[in-house]
Amino acid sequence: MELNIHVVSIIGAAIAVSFGAIGPALAEGRAVAAAMDAIARQPEAAGTLARTLFVGLAMIETMAIYCLVIALLLLYANPFAG
Amino acid sequence: MERSPLAPDILFQLGPLPVSRQVVTTWAIMIVLVALSRLAFAGDRRRAQGLGTVLEIVVEALASQVKDIMRRNPWPYLPLIGTLFLFLTLANLSALLPGVAPPTAHIETPAALAIVVFFSIHHYGIRARGLGPYIRHYIEPTPLLLPLNIVSEITRIFSLMIRLFGNIMSHEFVIAIVATLAGLLLPIPFMLLGIVIGIVQAYIFTVLASVFIGAAVEGAEA
Repeated sequence: MELNIHVVSIIGAAIAVSFGAIGPALAEGRAVAAAMDAIARQPEAAGTLARTLFVGLAMIETMAIYCLVIALLLLYANPFAG
Repeated sequence: MERSPLAPDILFQLGPLPVSRQVVTTWAIMIVLVALSRLAFAGDRRRAQGLGTVLEIVVEALASQVKDIMRRNPWPYLPLIGTLFLFLTLANLSALLPGVAPPTAHIETPAALAIVVFFSIHHYGIRARGLGPYIRHYIEPTPLLLPLNIVSEITRIFSLMIRLFGNIMSHEFVIAIVATLAGLLLPIPFMLLGIVIGIVQAYIFTVLASVFIGAAVEGAEA
């Protein structure tokens, strides 16, 4: 198989999504573990913690979404693939 | 998957202007919001009941949230922030209706909202602090930070835009993939997840907008 721009784009998209998922996964694990710890210590603050946790998780997840956007741009709106 | 998820879905042509499904949805949401407010607050406001009471609860809840975030009187900022939240919630949830495309799943709407937020940050900041002190906060604590401050001013708005667009668009995309894999019942749990994502992303966009505005007016007397 020749290595033209389409094949390279697909490989790039796969690498972007796979490596882009690693960081947010580790970060979300740490965030949830810390929140669990905090709720176990101080159950009465669970409401505030859960709200902050959700916002924080969504912001961490955004990093993975950035990679997904790059991958979709490579696949569907590649400026070099004509 | 022949069609790109990034291409607009043109519904009809208005003269030389192509009108996409997202634009029609945006106008429908605007009409619904305005009609709801007109209907609820028609006549005597002191004797508002039913719908009026519900909307008052919504506005009060938004005001208390904004007050918690900004730690100052929320009412000058509520027209912008509350409208953002209500519009984004309806726009993100409109994905659930068949035949309706959520406007936030295309880059134009998040970009427009992010530009609105960008200019209102500076508007509120200059109005609260005055032009001189507001510009001076870019060179504090040292003028060395000026380029970083300007870059962060742009990148945080850009990431605000990409965050909303990427989340909603990727969710639409996931549903499309699942629907092509297995047709009938499998997409339903993903659509339930979509409700959560839509509301959380609307909340995050609004919270970040109010955090940015709160940081811009910080230091001025409340």
